[in-house]
Amino acid sequence: MRDPLSKTIVNIKPSGIRKFFDIASERKDTISLGVGEPDFDTPWHIRDEGIYSLEKGRTFYTSNSGLIELRTEICEYYRRRFNISYDRKSETIITVGGSEAIDIALRAMVDPMDEVIIPQPSYVSYEPCAILAGAKPVIIELKNEDDFRLTAKELEEAITDRTKILVLPFPNNPTGAIMEKEDLLEIAKICIEKDIFVLSDEIYAELSYKGDHVSIASIPGMKERTIVINGFSKAYAMTGWRLGYALGPAKIIEQMTKIHQFAIMCAPTTSQYAAVEALRNGDEDVKKMRTSYDQRRKFLMNAFKEMGLPCFEPFGAFYVFPDIREFKMTSEEFAFALLDAQNLAVVPGTAFGDSGEGFLRISYAYSLEKLKIAMERIALFIEELRRG
Amino acid sequence: MREEILNFIEKNSRVDLKEVAVCLGMSEIDVANELAAMESEGIICGYHTLIDWDKVTEERIHALIEVRVTPQRGKGFDEIAERIYKYPEVQSTYLISGGYDLLVFMEGKTLKEISTFVSQKLSTLESVISTTTHFVLRKYKDHGTVLGARNEDERMIMTP
Repeated sequence: MRDPLSKTIVNIKPSGIRKFFDIASERKDTISLGVGEPDFDTPWHIRDEGIYSLEKGRTFYTSNSGLIELRTEICEYYRRRFNISYDRKSETIITVGGSEAIDIALRAMVDPMDEVIIPQPSYVSYEPCAILAGAKPVIIELKNEDDFRLTAKELEEAITDRTKILVLPFPNNPTGAIMEKEDLLEIAKICIEKDIFVLSDEIYAELSYKGDHVSIASIPGMKERTIVINGFSKAYAMTGWRLGYALGPAKIIEQMTKIHQFAIMCAPTTSQYAAVEALRNGDEDVKKMRTSYDQRRKFLMNAFKEMGLPCFEPFGAFYVFPDIREFKMTSEEFAFALLDAQNLAVVPGTAFGDSGEGFLRISYAYSLEKLKIAMERIALFIEELRRG
Repeated sequence: MREEILNFIEKNSRVDLKEVAVCLGMSEIDVANELAAMESEGIICGYHTLIDWDKVTEERIHALIEVRVTPQRGKGFDEIAERIYKYPEVQSTYLISGGYDLLVFMEGKTLKEISTFVSQKLSTLESVISTTTHFVLRKYKDHGTVLGARNEDERMIMTP
């Protein structure tokens, strides 16, 4: 029999989290700080709106681009929160999570041999999506000493004649790093000069703890070359609803809509109705959750300080990225040993790219009580390592 | 600063000074001083524990009593309210707009204890015109907390 599989997909490595997940999930009484989703339930008024839409029998397809009410609310939201205006009809598309938007944006924009610059450590799907779209991923290894921000110098060095897109994943999963306005201004200047497009993944935008998130699309000259990716999973604790969106130039959105139309048809209708309610009446919920994450963030930073574990201060998302290089173990070795000794599961930094070596991703989407126990366990563990 | 502290401890009164200080980015001394000040100013009126007594063997009966009263000249409802809330069996007393005047929450060990209180003590007060007693059959949610809710983490143990 012939090989039924595509070489492209077979050659893509499975997600680095998988192996660890299989082992950790078989153990009993494990405390996990490995989850990349909020610990809050979706606020009740949003769930209620989803239930109501089902009661009313709103169980049909929506238009391919999504409900116009929702697209209107998204435009209003981006204007209100990030000061960018989009045309609700031609510059928006509702997708199945931010992940679909990443996929179809890349597929709509690259040809074979085009290069897509991906700063890492970052979310696991950019690189495989770029490969599946036929592009060549070019990795920039972000550095601890830059607080895992992308610098203009690193970007310039990575650009070639074939560079088409820069993926800009901030606030960042797994590092929690953010890019502030002055950082973005330098990046924007290069993108305009070299005629490069930006895929700005802003799924964690609402979880910024040092002033409001700044979108690169708000910088003059950038809106016309930026696809903004966002969604409801992180800000409104709606991961299971699978709802995201993309905003950008009509020309690109039009082609993305074509792929979406053939592959997906439309995003879940119930989720779309719930999302309208989230944007209309959810600002207060977002604020409450953000305050709570920020408190836990400070709690963890203090805990690391007390145990002498170096960690740059992250100002976004709900992750911290402590530096474990002093222990002379790989991230994976450390994570396995920690699981073995203390029954505590964290994600090795290498799950998010080779440049995550020597670091761990620790999620604080957990209650303070749980975080307290977890920090005691880490402290015990590294104390023993240091004693040798 | 005060509001931040209050929001933080509202749902968890087991105040660990250090934890409050760390999570809010304040110094322990500042938090301690603010707490003391708010206690003496009567902003923080107590630190209570929310207990689901149904889960404990000891029976407790709760009742809501609607009380209609005649307000007194110069004192309005305050004096009669005070007469009522001074009874230790009374847990809370609110002045209410609408069909009646005072809403009284009380706790007793038996039905009889509560009915005796209502008939002997409450109804016999001079300004009380009438009372309507409602017994609580089951508490689902109290002080914003769902009683008996299980807090299991249903998320997968690890996700990207």
